[in-house]
Amino acid sequence: MSIYRIGIDVGGTHTDAVLLDQNNQVVSETKAATTEDVATGIYNAMKKIIDDANVPRDQIKYAMLGTTHCTNAIVERKRLNNIASIRIGAPATLAVKPLIGVPDDLRAALGKHVYLIRGGHEFDGREIVDLDEERLYEIAYEIKGKVDSVAITSVFSPVTQSHEQRAGEILKEVLGEDVAISLSSEIGSVGLLERENATILNAAVVNVAKTAADGFINALKAEGIDARVFFGQNDGTLMSVEYAVKYPIFTVACGPTNSLRGASYLSDLSDAIVVDVGGTTSDVGVLVQSFPRESSLAVEIGGARTNFRMPDLVSIGLGGGTIVRIQENGEFTVGPDSVGYRLPEKGLIFGGDTLTTTDVAVALGKVELGDPAKVAHLDKSLLEKVYQKMVELVEEAIDKMKTSAAPVPVILVGGGSILLPETLKGASEVIRPQHSGVANAIGSAISQVSGQVEKLYTLDTIGRENALEDAKSIARSEAINAGADPESLVIVDIEDVPLAYMPGNATRIRVKAAGELAQFQAQQLV
Amino acid sequence: MRKIGKQQIEDIAVGAALLGTGGGGDPYIGKLMALQAIEEYGEVTLLDPDEVPEDALVVPSSMMGAPTVMLEKAPSGEEAIEAFKNLEEYLGKKIYATFPIEAGGVNSMLPFATAARLGLPVIDADGMGRAFPELQMVTFYLDGISATPGMLADEKGNTLLLSTINNVWTERIARAATIQMGGSVMCAIYPMTAKELKQSGIHGILKLEEEIGKAIRLAKVNNVNPIEQVLKTVGGFELFSGKVSDINRKTETGFARGEAKIEGLNEYKGETCTLSFQNEHLIAQTEQRLLCVTPDLIAVLDAETGLPITTEGIRYGARCVVIGIPCHPKWRTTKGIDTVGPKYFGYNVDYVPVEELVKKGVAL
Repeated sequence: MSIYRIGIDVGGTHTDAVLLDQNNQVVSETKAATTEDVATGIYNAMKKIIDDANVPRDQIKYAMLGTTHCTNAIVERKRLNNIASIRIGAPATLAVKPLIGVPDDLRAALGKHVYLIRGGHEFDGREIVDLDEERLYEIAYEIKGKVDSVAITSVFSPVTQSHEQRAGEILKEVLGEDVAISLSSEIGSVGLLERENATILNAAVVNVAKTAADGFINALKAEGIDARVFFGQNDGTLMSVEYAVKYPIFTVACGPTNSLRGASYLSDLSDAIVVDVGGTTSDVGVLVQSFPRESSLAVEIGGARTNFRMPDLVSIGLGGGTIVRIQENGEFTVGPDSVGYRLPEKGLIFGGDTLTTTDVAVALGKVELGDPAKVAHLDKSLLEKVYQKMVELVEEAIDKMKTSAAPVPVILVGGGSILLPETLKGASEVIRPQHSGVANAIGSAISQVSGQVEKLYTLDTIGRENALEDAKSIARSEAINAGADPESLVIVDIEDVPLAYMPGNATRIRVKAAGELAQFQAQQLV
Repeated sequence: MRKIGKQQIEDIAVGAALLGTGGGGDPYIGKLMALQAIEEYGEVTLLDPDEVPEDALVVPSSMMGAPTVMLEKAPSGEEAIEAFKNLEEYLGKKIYATFPIEAGGVNSMLPFATAARLGLPVIDADGMGRAFPELQMVTFYLDGISATPGMLADEKGNTLLLSTINNVWTERIARAATIQMGGSVMCAIYPMTAKELKQSGIHGILKLEEEIGKAIRLAKVNNVNPIEQVLKTVGGFELFSGKVSDINRKTETGFARGEAKIEGLNEYKGETCTLSFQNEHLIAQTEQRLLCVTPDLIAVLDAETGLPITTEGIRYGARCVVIGIPCHPKWRTTKGIDTVGPKYFGYNVDYVPVEELVKKGVAL
């Protein structure tokens, strides 16, 4: 018996879907328009690939979804949970209150029940003061019936979780199991405000994630499919529905990650630069050992500063629908604006009135699409210059992402990648894998399961080797908890950053482990 | 005399990150503290050193410890108040005003948070004109002003009176105490008269930082090159431009030491600039030329936005411009170079002022 899986990736313009067989070969693929409610677009794409594939529905066992539900809810400030936010840290941290650096409208939506109570730890794990349990009970009774989700952030919880965990127990005791509890130590790393913001945002999108998950599972059921559902997360690995509903914030940047991972899979390369050309922009990212290189900078989500690790990307205003303007004197501009998803009505080759990058490529005979006669009148030598400029924009972005002058393989994916030539400056080779138009959906479908840890160690006490071993074993068990097969686990990332101005060799160590889905492997043997 | 409100704080924070020369801690948390204090207690009065009576007691605001700890365990705001009150009690005199001990990095913002709460003015002067890692690395030390009597205070309510035989001992004891007190404390050290501050401090540094922040902000609005605007504002030099090709951080004695390599672009093509840092950038050089040496300031700016990049924030592939700014003449004395010159930090390089290096290009 064959086993199939579905991969779906929701982008700004398109919702892409693929159906893969157990050897990860594409059985069917589609690109559907992303709808305003996101869900309809997902169902449309899903239905299409299932109908096209014509495989027994009971053999579709897995469905992986990379979605923008949570991102949209945060950006639009809609459909958010009624949350309370509790910071455990007083008397420390009073000088910087929760949500202080966050835009006013988001503060208004999420700042209705904010508390700052006594407790928290020092960098070396000592208690600053005892946890104020009495106050926690008071707060719990105060917010009972008013909120359905609570964010708890304790000072230095990435070092010692105990105050957060105890606070979570007290709240559950009073509020019951139905109220979602988000603990900051499970969400972010050292950096109180950024971790607190991320935890508050997480608490705020619990319902959105639940709705998305239920909707997806029900839609699958309606199609007669009983599949295990996974969500894609920012780091290119999967989480189960149970995890996704607990940690929905980890889904917010899975799109670019999926396309990088898909490119890696399709080209069978683990280290390369990936150029994903869409309708409006091109994203250039870097694959290191089959995973996206992550950015080291603070990332804002909906205007709130967080300390998530996001894929390190350069976005340029060049896509298939990018508008080209030519003046009478022969000067021209390329973008940065685009006709976007309206290319099929606006582009010259489709009978429209706007000169786009796609029209330029067709006129020069580099792409076969639409009606070339509609662009035959254009000045070819001028268009060559325009085309040259388009290529240079991409080459510059590639160069920006490279870490050395040595040429590296460049993988082109995305619908707009047909615009680009067979050779690029700085590229050792240019690879255009099959099915590259839906690389993101494939990335979603083939994702691995991971576990991660970020912790402070005092190396003078524990020693570097022991600290690393400890971090690795936590990362491994996190991955196994998330559904990874222990046999296939690999440590994919280790980073240690010494803390400045601090003797004792206090060092922050971050380790990530990833492996194949446990059940998937097991069932493959059947 | 003038008022400092939220916009001024935003601008000063950018200038402070730049004069932090890669270290000194991200001013972000300090900025939020200052903004919250101004929101709660009102705008802060900024005085020129000349506007303060000569015999007035003035005390700089500062934190000691790891900025990373402060990013997690933000202050309560009461630490500085306790430190100031205890010091007043010990000295039997009211504190007239405060000022930054160090204009670069997170310490630049703390006087505003403290001043707003205590209703004190801030004086536009500091003891570095930049950022440095150790407590004796201030111009006050060069003129023989003692760091003590001084107070350290933590958020738990502990205060510690320091009375030491010299500033090196102050550094030693204070740093050990800081660890026990939780890795980050507020200090009220280097109490002095306004007359002493006038003689030994670096004047107008907050105004300069505000102008730097404003120049970068307006460059974006007016679509002009922010780096040219910064260089004009600070009287600095472009030293190098390229992209980060390698970064190597080491753990040594608790300091973030390391080297970053920047591969030249455009007119610098074919050259590689090596930045040596210990929290702050201390030496910039290419294979052939020495570009800038501590105590002159070395700042790394994002090539596009002109915003300063910290040593912790430097990443592969970042396009950046390295600029050099002449330090205050007080640092260029023999004692100044002994205290903060390249040899103190363990580099076997002689100090040469950046403006001469730029002119002649001293070969290595």
